[in-house]
Amino acid sequence: MDQTIKFTIDGTIVTTQKGLTIVEAAKDNGIYIPTLCNFEGAKPKGCCRMCTIKINSRYMTACTTPAADGMEIESNTEEITDIRKSIIELLFVSGNHFCPACEKSGNCELQALAYKYQMLVPRFPFIFPQKGIDASSPRLMKEQNRCIACKRCIKTIKDEEGRNYFAYKNRGYALEVILDPELGKDIPEDLAKLAMENCPVGSIIYKEKGFDEPIGSRKFDKTPIGSEIEV
Amino acid sequence: MNKKVIATTSLAGCFGCHMSFLDIDERILDLVELVEFNKSPIDDIKVFTKRVDIGIIEGGCCNTENIEVLKSFRENCDVLVSLGECAIMGGLPALRNGIPIEECLREAYLDGPTVSENKEGILPNDEELPMLLDNVYPCHEIVKIDYFLPGCAPRADLIWDALVALVTGDEMNLPYEVVKFD
Amino acid sequence: MKDKILEITSKYGDDRGRLMDILIDIHDLKGYVDDANIEVLSEKLGISIAEVNETVSFYHFFTKTPKAEFNIYLNDSITSNLRGRTRVKEAFELACDATFEGKSEDGMFGLYNTSCIGMNDQDPAAIINDVVFTNLTPYRVKQLIKALKDGKSLQEATYESTGDGKNSDPDLKSMVFNNIRKGMMLLNKDYERFEVVGKILAENSPEDIIKTVEDSNLRGRGGAGFPTGLKWRFGRRVEGEHKIIICNADEGEPGTFKDRVMLTEFPDLVFEGMVIAAYATGADIGLLYLRFEYRYMYNYLSLVLEEMREKGYLGKNIAGIMDFNFDIRIQLGAGAYVCGEESALIESLEGKRGEPRDKPPFPVEKGYMNFPTIVNNVETLASTVKILKHGADWFNTFGTKDSLGTKLLSVSGDCRFPGIYEVEWGTSIREVIEMAGAEDVQAVQVGGPSGVLVSVKDVDHLGGTELMKWYKPSGMMVAQKTYDRKLSYSDLPTGGSIIIFNNKRDLLKEVVMNFMDFFIEESCGSCSTCRNLPYIMKQKLQKILDGHGVRQDIDDLLSWGKVIKVSRCGLGQTAANPILSSILNFRHLYEEYVQAMTDYDNTFDLEKSVEAANKFVGRKTVFHHS
Repeated sequence: MDQTIKFTIDGTIVTTQKGLTIVEAAKDNGIYIPTLCNFEGAKPKGCCRMCTIKINSRYMTACTTPAADGMEIESNTEEITDIRKSIIELLFVSGNHFCPACEKSGNCELQALAYKYQMLVPRFPFIFPQKGIDASSPRLMKEQNRCIACKRCIKTIKDEEGRNYFAYKNRGYALEVILDPELGKDIPEDLAKLAMENCPVGSIIYKEKGFDEPIGSRKFDKTPIGSEIEV
Repeated sequence: MNKKVIATTSLAGCFGCHMSFLDIDERILDLVELVEFNKSPIDDIKVFTKRVDIGIIEGGCCNTENIEVLKSFRENCDVLVSLGECAIMGGLPALRNGIPIEECLREAYLDGPTVSENKEGILPNDEELPMLLDNVYPCHEIVKIDYFLPGCAPRADLIWDALVALVTGDEMNLPYEVVKFD
Repeated sequence: MKDKILEITSKYGDDRGRLMDILIDIHDLKGYVDDANIEVLSEKLGISIAEVNETVSFYHFFTKTPKAEFNIYLNDSITSNLRGRTRVKEAFELACDATFEGKSEDGMFGLYNTSCIGMNDQDPAAIINDVVFTNLTPYRVKQLIKALKDGKSLQEATYESTGDGKNSDPDLKSMVFNNIRKGMMLLNKDYERFEVVGKILAENSPEDIIKTVEDSNLRGRGGAGFPTGLKWRFGRRVEGEHKIIICNADEGEPGTFKDRVMLTEFPDLVFEGMVIAAYATGADIGLLYLRFEYRYMYNYLSLVLEEMREKGYLGKNIAGIMDFNFDIRIQLGAGAYVCGEESALIESLEGKRGEPRDKPPFPVEKGYMNFPTIVNNVETLASTVKILKHGADWFNTFGTKDSLGTKLLSVSGDCRFPGIYEVEWGTSIREVIEMAGAEDVQAVQVGGPSGVLVSVKDVDHLGGTELMKWYKPSGMMVAQKTYDRKLSYSDLPTGGSIIIFNNKRDLLKEVVMNFMDFFIEESCGSCSTCRNLPYIMKQKLQKILDGHGVRQDIDDLLSWGKVIKVSRCGLGQTAANPILSSILNFRHLYEEYVQAMTDYDNTFDLEKSVEAANKFVGRKTVFHHS
């Protein structure tokens, strides 16, 4: 049976195999839909809402919605672009994202998206939260004021028995992602490094590492995020 | 053509943005053809002597002097530009936001590891000194700001492009490489 | 203590999916759960400490700090505030010698605020160790606390008076009132218990049942309005090792209390509806998700289930129908509004934090434990019994063209007769106001996630875009000019919460602020938008109410409110509605606050901002200039 499906993104006809999400299908067709919480290999969970698109005048998240035949998707419209920019700005003001003092600067996906969407100043007032830093693990630091609660660490960093190193705590405005106090004590080196790598921002920091790449040679210094996908 | 008048200042900043300004290098000679400076550390004019077209602010507001200077810029300038991370979002000084001011002062003057010669526990309270604010404020939370140029420090090219755009009224380009937050 | 914890976990088969029950049992045992308990749970259930904490820290009624002997949760809903909550709160503080969100020194009383507990027609109300106390006044508070101090039990303190109807049933004995003001098909007394399950089911095939429910045009009564027959048809069509029927009794929408009354007066009717749904769809597992606030009904409801098992209406070969096996378990929530959203409810049923799932897949494809799951509201299920008894044609004689049947309205606020009104769809707001005996009305809050009218013809692409069209919630504050709007799916859809405000109320300061606090408290926090925007928008509203607003602030609120519409679930999408709908219908109230003469105001207060530093360094605040 033919599993090929056809749909449009901003009027461009794209074809893909059934079973892919819209983000994946778009990527295969050289179209970049921005994401933050989405992580290749992990089950998507539309937390950040960055990949918001419009189908049939309804907002959907492209990372969780399977591509279907005949869909007409709006992605880079003025409306959607402004919503995405708002979300970036919202994440900036709700944390303490002072880029010059952050180990992840230049490799940070939130920062890169702000560059892409040309954020000069957030439209929302700064909140300056004080959520503290958990430095109890010998290998990792968890800087809560930089966390965007994207769940990437929760989904990808597990021990051999499948237990999560990271988990949500509280709810609503008080939501945080915490490192398990027991498991964090002896997290293996490679897993700790992976945790830092998988974090899109500078919330998970491998201790005694940072600022080791000169400005100009970091991931997003010269190339915008998503440019590796766009044709 | 009348030259546009420019004023600049550094509030709670490190003068890095001004240094970056000077990094426009030889273009400064072109700039002098286009503009004249009024109150600014660049020409050392201390007070406004005429109406200013473009005021450029480096740094956020951490004390009453910052507030006073910023307000006088708003009064005397037609257009205000927040230059750099500190002016835009408080920057490094704003890392103290959320920490009670008593704790900050205690750390700086009484209990901090670098405090060595303050046996009497003196805290700066001379009335000649500006008073310290509870938080470090982004400039646009004190007065209306018209334009924002991010960076720590903003790239010289960004400053140059912005100035040319403001002086000529042309639209400004924002090339990817020049708009950065660090 | 460790042994006792292990006893509890083994009672639930060391099943991580039963974490809610395990935690509720631990709370019953010692009032709270501590780090040592959590470590045991982590070990036994094979999940990390942080994961156990994830569930513990999510629910309002779970806590890691030791509780008092009597824990008083005072309802913080708007209706409570309208009816003198402030004085009741003060009375509690005085009588208990404690302040809210804290305990008395002797550890006897703990005082806590809590979101709407579904007692809006008899507010202020409080839950004290699972027992509900309604119609509180400072005097009653004084008497109550004195009784407890004198060593009386909570039961002794309540049994002085019980509520109406079955609230006085020996198995329930609650002081809650039904306040049924108007009954039609659901609330009339001609109900013959288990007639449909006992007789009518056997005479009909599952297909027949679905056809009848489809012909009745019944739509979901929780607010979203999805056609029930269609949902059941999907449920029937999906294959699964097990299929699940969930009755959603987590009514947390402020101002809704109809499910509480249905479950009190006609629990058998609701359970019968579940059995019908199971027969129609081929389900074998039934779950009633009961909000923690209604725990006082748990035993009463369990006894009804027990009776049904004895009579053969639950269990194996139900009502003599071969291979029709189905049973119902009651699952308690633990205090989270968002669990009323069906996929969040399913997460909670699995012992996790109540975080809505992305759709698709819809629960009917992948729900509880990934089995096909049909989630229906209490009122919806009850309606199906009446439909099967009297026929679809009969049902279609009630209501309007697009909204057939009746609707239970929970009416509260500024009116003489708050309570439950069963009305035909198509009733206007004006009629509701008149029925409730409300005068001098300023506004009516018609609340709850609700739906829009879309064609139901195409049932073929399951899980496709057809399903998505339905899930579009809204809630609104209605102004006088719209009082003739009719309650119906095409005009003013509603889950049934009607709160009336008279002209003495400050809609912005009292009502909108209360609603915003509710959404900030009850968001699951998973979406970046719903986690942060309600807080930021509330700050902006506060700025306006403080007299620092400018016209731009109103426009900002409107445009920021659009961003929150991209949130995952109904709670998130509607979390800015209190502000948006009040700007829409009561813009003049905002205009009165904002300053006409300036277009910039930052709220910055120079003198206040130097206060703390000056005080610490011992310096007088002196400004030499303006």
